[in-house]
Amino acid sequence: MKGPLAVALLGTVAFALLPYIVPAYYVGLMIPFFGYAIALLGFNLLFGYTGLLSFGHAMFLGIGAYGAAVMTGLGFKSFELMLVVVILASVAIALPIGLLCVRYVGIFFGMLTLAFGMLFHSFLFKFYYVTGGDSGTRVARMKILGLEFAKYNKIEFLAGPFYYYCLGLLIIGGFLMWRIVHSPFGLHLRTIRDNARKAEYLGVHVHRFRLAAFVISAAFGAVGGAILGFRVGLADPELVYWTQSGQLVFMAVLGGFANFFGPIVGALSYILLQDQLQSLTQYWRFVLGAILALIVIAFPQGIAGLAVQLKRLVAGRPA
Amino acid sequence: MSAFANILAGGVFHAAVLFLVAAGLQLVFGVQKIVNLACGSFYALGAYFGITFIGYASQYGVSPWLILPGLILSGILLGFIGPPIERLLRTVYSRDGSFQLLLTFALVLMFQDVFKFIWGANPRSLDSAYLIYGTISAGDFSMPVYNLLVILAAIATAAGLGAFLQGTNYGRILRATAENRGMAEALGVDVRRIYSAVFTLGAVLGTTAGALVVPTSAASLDMAIEFVVEAFAVVVIGGLGSMRGALIGAAIVGLIRALSIVFFPEFEVIAIYVIVIGVLIFRPAGLFGRALA
Repeated sequence: MKGPLAVALLGTVAFALLPYIVPAYYVGLMIPFFGYAIALLGFNLLFGYTGLLSFGHAMFLGIGAYGAAVMTGLGFKSFELMLVVVILASVAIALPIGLLCVRYVGIFFGMLTLAFGMLFHSFLFKFYYVTGGDSGTRVARMKILGLEFAKYNKIEFLAGPFYYYCLGLLIIGGFLMWRIVHSPFGLHLRTIRDNARKAEYLGVHVHRFRLAAFVISAAFGAVGGAILGFRVGLADPELVYWTQSGQLVFMAVLGGFANFFGPIVGALSYILLQDQLQSLTQYWRFVLGAILALIVIAFPQGIAGLAVQLKRLVAGRPA
Repeated sequence: MSAFANILAGGVFHAAVLFLVAAGLQLVFGVQKIVNLACGSFYALGAYFGITFIGYASQYGVSPWLILPGLILSGILLGFIGPPIERLLRTVYSRDGSFQLLLTFALVLMFQDVFKFIWGANPRSLDSAYLIYGTISAGDFSMPVYNLLVILAAIATAAGLGAFLQGTNYGRILRATAENRGMAEALGVDVRRIYSAVFTLGAVLGTTAGALVVPTSAASLDMAIEFVVEAFAVVVIGGLGSMRGALIGAAIVGLIRALSIVFFPEFEVIAIYVIVIGVLIFRPAGLFGRALA
């Protein structure tokens, strides 16, 4: 148990020092990383630990972002209050959807979640007098921990106080998820993933546990979405489109969904990769697609899996 | 009332195109058990290539009357992309279904930029040459004959596929492979070749559909990712792997879109997903699918 703690501490220290080392641009780039990383922690509880591939998970990003927009629209300026509200909203929405979805596995679960995701997308897209349609809804600036930080402009705010705030959220989220997957509850989920019928035979309420995993992952998704929406200052339907859900799966696989830190590594690599590719070529999607194909074919364990293998290789050979 | 007929005719045309793409999706899923997200990309590829093909043809003085056969030909020519893509997918056949899905998602991303690279980011369209076939009109009702021909072509394809799958020896082999791959292989079926052929046929159905639709609407970068979710809706409603399901599903989706545009424009897309979800909940295997164990 020492290894993961060391990785987490090292990561925390590295991210805490980052604003003093790299240019402000990259510090700002870390905000979407935090958003995606938190969402992916939840996504991977479902995908990596429970074995359910959701192809509509972007819906919960959307609930977070639109929740932030609605809250600031109503004049509430507290980020924490907003987080509580979007978590409750995502739980309220994930419960009935999850009840219907968890009866299925494999491709049917994927398609049902895709259908719900697209249903939500078309609602956001078509009911423009409620949601602003394709131009989206504005997310105004908010207070964090009750502090205004009025002397910072938005960019300084994002790269300064908000950066550390998001880092804190990721650490809290990571800690919670670590406790969840290493609790008896997490063991139940893994049992269900490996053999649902046997789990049921042993007295595990398969549907109930899957539903719990679905709801927890939705809440994490909403927190991630709120960060993403707040950073852009806009909640738009693009965040909910099925390709965005595909992107979440991409990140999880890129990092390696079999590893606890895989999704976080995946989010970071994806954000940096996309940023670099976009500055190099307008055909960055092609390169990303080729990388995804390569990972799927040759390195299904992802980056984290490769790192573990490398470590074993090094440890196996005495110096 | 005739305005209503116009809309209905539009819905049937849309359904005809949807059927072709969905039939390709069904064939590939039925035999290979792969859900091919890239079917929308094949559709878009067909559309772009159709424009280029007809452009060249008219430069060389090919009669505009040949636009329909020309487009069908261009769709079939694109079949050459089937085998190499199938070869790529072959690397993950033994893997979990989610990896196969992801690999086709990678194809979607790559195709998107291939279109941008070759045909540019702006939508491309053909001129209205297709109106050369004339227009049927009765009172306020009017419909280009071209659209009618496409609907007939789709019906002919449906009948042809049905006859092929049910009536020919090769069709029987395909169905046997879909039913039980291992047993088919044991009886001497070259499953690799079957997979390659099926994937190519599925791709050709998609590219031909794209080519056929392009005279009536522009080819754009978004059409691939927009169309695939609709094709998905069709196969889920009809039942994964079922040809009859693709036909009925396409008719339902096409008509619902047409009707909701008239009655409740806000619900145009929502209505489709509500039906999809309803079907998945009450008949998870779809209207014509068999329950998976």
